[in-house]
Amino acid sequence: MTVTAQTPNGLPEPGAPLGHFISDRAFDPNAGDGRSGAMAEASQRQLMWWQFRRHKVAVASLVFLLVLYASILITEFLAPYHQDSRNLDFIYAPPQAIHLFHDGRFVGPFVYGRSQSLDMDTLRRVYTPTDEVQKLRFFCRGDDYMFWGLIPADRHLVCPAENGQFFLLGTDRLGRDVLSRTIYGARISLTIGILGVTMSFVLGIVIGGLAGYHGGWFDAVTQRVTEVLQSIPSIPLWMALAAIIPITWSPLLVYVGITVILGLLDWTGLARAVRSKLLSLREEDYVLAARLMGAGSARIIGRHMVPGFMSHLIATATLTIPGMILGETALSFLGIGLRPPITSWGILLTEARSVNIIALYPWLMFPVIPVILVVLAFNFLGDGLRDAADPYK
Amino acid sequence: MTGYILRRILTMIPTLFLVSLLVFLIIELPPGDYFESYVAELKALGEEADLAEIEILRDRYGFDQPQYIRYLRWVGGMFVGDFGYSFEYRLPVNEVVGDRLWLTIVLSFITIIFTWALAFPIGMYSATHQYSWGDYGVTFLGLIGVAIPNFMLALIMMYFANIWFGLSIGNLMDREYLNQPMSWDKAMSILSHIWIPVVIIGTAGTAGMVRRLRANLLDELQKQYVTTARAKGLEPGRVLRKYPLRNALNFFISDIGSILPAMISGAEVTAIVLSLETTGPMLIRALQSQDMYLAGSFLMFLAFLTVIGVLISDIALALLDPRIRLGKGSAK
Repeated sequence: MTVTAQTPNGLPEPGAPLGHFISDRAFDPNAGDGRSGAMAEASQRQLMWWQFRRHKVAVASLVFLLVLYASILITEFLAPYHQDSRNLDFIYAPPQAIHLFHDGRFVGPFVYGRSQSLDMDTLRRVYTPTDEVQKLRFFCRGDDYMFWGLIPADRHLVCPAENGQFFLLGTDRLGRDVLSRTIYGARISLTIGILGVTMSFVLGIVIGGLAGYHGGWFDAVTQRVTEVLQSIPSIPLWMALAAIIPITWSPLLVYVGITVILGLLDWTGLARAVRSKLLSLREEDYVLAARLMGAGSARIIGRHMVPGFMSHLIATATLTIPGMILGETALSFLGIGLRPPITSWGILLTEARSVNIIALYPWLMFPVIPVILVVLAFNFLGDGLRDAADPYK
Repeated sequence: MTGYILRRILTMIPTLFLVSLLVFLIIELPPGDYFESYVAELKALGEEADLAEIEILRDRYGFDQPQYIRYLRWVGGMFVGDFGYSFEYRLPVNEVVGDRLWLTIVLSFITIIFTWALAFPIGMYSATHQYSWGDYGVTFLGLIGVAIPNFMLALIMMYFANIWFGLSIGNLMDREYLNQPMSWDKAMSILSHIWIPVVIIGTAGTAGMVRRLRANLLDELQKQYVTTARAKGLEPGRVLRKYPLRNALNFFISDIGSILPAMISGAEVTAIVLSLETTGPMLIRALQSQDMYLAGSFLMFLAFLTVIGVLISDIALALLDPRIRLGKGSAK
């Protein structure tokens, strides 16, 4: 930048060059206001996608979640062991590291074998690595399982060497592989949030829709109920409802029951969002036009109004999923949620229930990491969706 | 002002009525009652139950009456301070509960103060230094705070408090003060133990509050009066202190309404893990054993605590903000 001589009042001398750049191009009042070119012609969906793409963390979260959900489909294949297979010789075994080189020679991924002994002073099992090289096998035959509960199979992505072990994240009190159980747990923990949200989504749209569109006494009652449900702390309520589930129910029924409970108390936020959106959309001209043309209220809501705020709803719903996942984890941890043999991350964390266990077998806390990652990912994704939901801003 | 407070208190009544209906419904839902499971349990142990006593209790609490009468009795009792009878402890609920209710209130109160003290400076820093590394760092830490389940955080902190400070936590006071009347020493003992649950419960609330405070302050900072003040040459710190911050203070108080339920939820779970002498552990036990009056009273109390908390925040807001006092806007 050139330094220009300045007069005492801060302006440059007459005729001297200015201190800033001025373009020589002719001024075009229509350029760059977003009303021309691709921006103007893009559909709303495309605009949303462009907006969403700019939120890099949200995109990464979306990919991460898609991969996780896809992994549910091939859980049995991904897990090195079956979730219930016990290794009685390896109880509370610590995680094994994967090595590539043995004695300076490359052998590919392998683990060292271990021998177990009992420390008679502390009465703890002590595992000492031996020199035995146990090469990992890939796409190999391992524990039998029923793929999707239908097809008998025994292929796994990775398995230990013949007569060897491979506990990447250690084992629990029954010698079950923590990694495999965490992979199995994803099925329950990930779906419970989606099912719960689906339920609260339907409830929220129907109740919020009726309240917002019709108003009147229904609206007044709904408002009060919403207020009440939001003013009661959710976990004690969940606890109370979960305690109702009879002990005699099968674990699968309990799973359904917990999902229903999570969804039943969670629709209020969505109903509020739907209601306030409907109240503002109700005054729009196109709604009036539809009504004048004789459309019934169901059609007006379903065909004309819901598409107008669907994106907002999806963003709101995404932000409520983490609460459900955490809720399930907390309930299961407290012993009133899901019950074994169903395996969820909350159930797995009940193994790490006391301070002693954390001190002695810290690897049992591992399932908390996927919980944190999934909750974070849903939060980021929801933020990104919320920003993208209104691309005209 | 008095009119506003009165109106506000009146709107609490239908809310509390609905809450009581809901709580009653929940504690009535499980099939059977406490006595059935109790008698069955004793039979399984090969003992005879004292049927006469059970009959007296059944009669007194109207177990053979239709549900609406039982509901009326329950609610009516609460007005005169009779919260029913805990079948498991064989004592009136009032006596079983003891200081637990007070400790829950103290814990929630200190947690809110802690949350404020933490969220205020952080939120301000985040908003005034938007998109800086500090802002990102704080946001990220806050998200982690939300994402870690409370109970895990409790366990981990318990472990480290033990390793680093040699504290054996997992109670709200030293053992010798349990079931003792309140005294100076006991209060001190509670104060020296309370910070761990406060930190654990506070993290999640703080994160949410920082996030909302940041968004709120950012909106405020973009308004024209701020631009005007700056354009007139007011120094930035003074601009911030003089206008947007005072507006954000209102938000701070109104935000209690949204963090209180979450905080009490977190407090319950944390209390169970740390086995604090608050409502949490007893509530879960009561729920599991169908000790309906005890569980119902606890649920009612927690809901009441939230409703009162929101009421206080609304009144404080009205005192602070003339726009609300004069009926031109709602609390939120």
